[in-house]
Amino acid sequence: MAATAVAFAAVGVGGLAGPALLIGIGVVAPALAAGLLWKVVRTAGLMSLPLGISALLVNLFLYPGATDALFSIGPLTATVEGLRFASEILLRILAITGAITLFYLTTAPSALVIDLERRGISSRVAFVVLASVETVPAMVERATVITAAQRARGLDTEGSVVRRIRGVVPLAGPVLLGSIAEVEERSTALESRGFTHPGRRTLLWWPGDSGRQAVARWSMVVAVPLLVVARAVGWLGWLG
Amino acid sequence: MLTFESVSYRYAGAARPSLQDVSLVIGSGEVVGLVGASEAGKTTLCLVAAGLAPRTVRGTLSGRILLDGTDMAPLAIHELAGRVGIAFANPATQLSGVAGTVYEEVAFGPMNLGLPRSEVIDRTDAALRALKIIDLAEREPALLSGGQQQLVAMAGLLALGPAHLVLDEPTAQLDPAGTRLVAQALARLAMDGASILVAEQKTDLLASICDRVVVLDAGRVALDGPAAEVLGDPRLADLGVAAPASVRLRRLADAAGASPATLSHLDGALALEATT
Repeated sequence: MAATAVAFAAVGVGGLAGPALLIGIGVVAPALAAGLLWKVVRTAGLMSLPLGISALLVNLFLYPGATDALFSIGPLTATVEGLRFASEILLRILAITGAITLFYLTTAPSALVIDLERRGISSRVAFVVLASVETVPAMVERATVITAAQRARGLDTEGSVVRRIRGVVPLAGPVLLGSIAEVEERSTALESRGFTHPGRRTLLWWPGDSGRQAVARWSMVVAVPLLVVARAVGWLGWLG
Repeated sequence: MLTFESVSYRYAGAARPSLQDVSLVIGSGEVVGLVGASEAGKTTLCLVAAGLAPRTVRGTLSGRILLDGTDMAPLAIHELAGRVGIAFANPATQLSGVAGTVYEEVAFGPMNLGLPRSEVIDRTDAALRALKIIDLAEREPALLSGGQQQLVAMAGLLALGPAHLVLDEPTAQLDPAGTRLVAQALARLAMDGASILVAEQKTDLLASICDRVVVLDAGRVALDGPAAEVLGDPRLADLGVAAPASVRLRRLADAAGASPATLSHLDGALALEATT
């Protein structure tokens, strides 16, 4: 919930100082407290890189109506207005990716699902959420096994780009078909283990939720629409 | 008691039925082995027995399957979950994929049934102890070996406490020690009155745990009788089934012209091997 609040607030709060403040309070401080600052910085930085670079280049050189020139490269002129706008976007992206990264690094998927169930979300919906999260590593593992098997049978997946692309074709089929077959088998097994049983599931445990956590969480939820409204009516001053 | 009355099953789109006119009775406390060549219909019979075909595996079923005298047809799949348990050969697909620990994985079924928390814990503890995997309780299921996953899947099945068990190659990935644990757990369940159907290629295992063995051939029951009689039947090889090592050894000794005293010693040794 906190990650969602930070992500929304990053969009709601404009300017340079607003998103920077959000990153400090909503990402850096909790990451420091969790001892995960370096991991968060590295992962969020890598995630932001492609979008950040393209946002920087497009806005720096092509910001509409900009007049204050910084420097020129051939026919393209970098502008102060473009740099400022690109920096705003970059900070927002960093706030969003930082919040998401921090969430993934501090929350076990199974704990998330159990908490969702405890709060009344249907076990099927919760299962879909978790299965979606767990699908990627499972697919990667399957692809690794199939790649090794195909290489053992002489498939060349290294070398030139063309050769690598050719190598993907005999891997994609088994990975996809195998995954589909596995989903079918798994759903059959789930049925036999009472997954479709009506009524609430019994929960053996659920993540702790202190009063302070609840207050912090709800404060963020309340703060997000307030920030959006405040920015819209111009109350944020230099922050917006 | 699990009863099949003239059961036939054809998968959706299949040219011919995978089961044809199968009639069987698996009594309470009885362990029945199911063998046959590839595509003989073993897995299909397991799916039908567990009520998964045609409920989740599409196809056309004819005949009747009775659970303790009650027709299974009108029962929903979730109503069958606590009554008929099924284990498949591939343990990876039997795991829920959403449990962070083996303990939660084994508890998954009882939790789904909405049983009281204390009962879920009791059942989970008992299942883990029965298969001697209590040490794995805090491990992540996805990181276990195939054999360990198979034991976890079996424990998950035992925790549901079904009166009827259907096992499709439940020891496919197990070492001899794991196989023995499963065999002991099945024997205990049978003593408690469960009716158990085990499809297995390991005829040595069937010889040690089954009261009866059924041989399927092209979807039909080819042989049905006491385990020792069926597994010693010379027609077994023609039906694509390897006889247990004990039977093959006895035949070789016979063919080599072993003396009655030697054969008697051999029978004694094989009987001792089967009980350990």
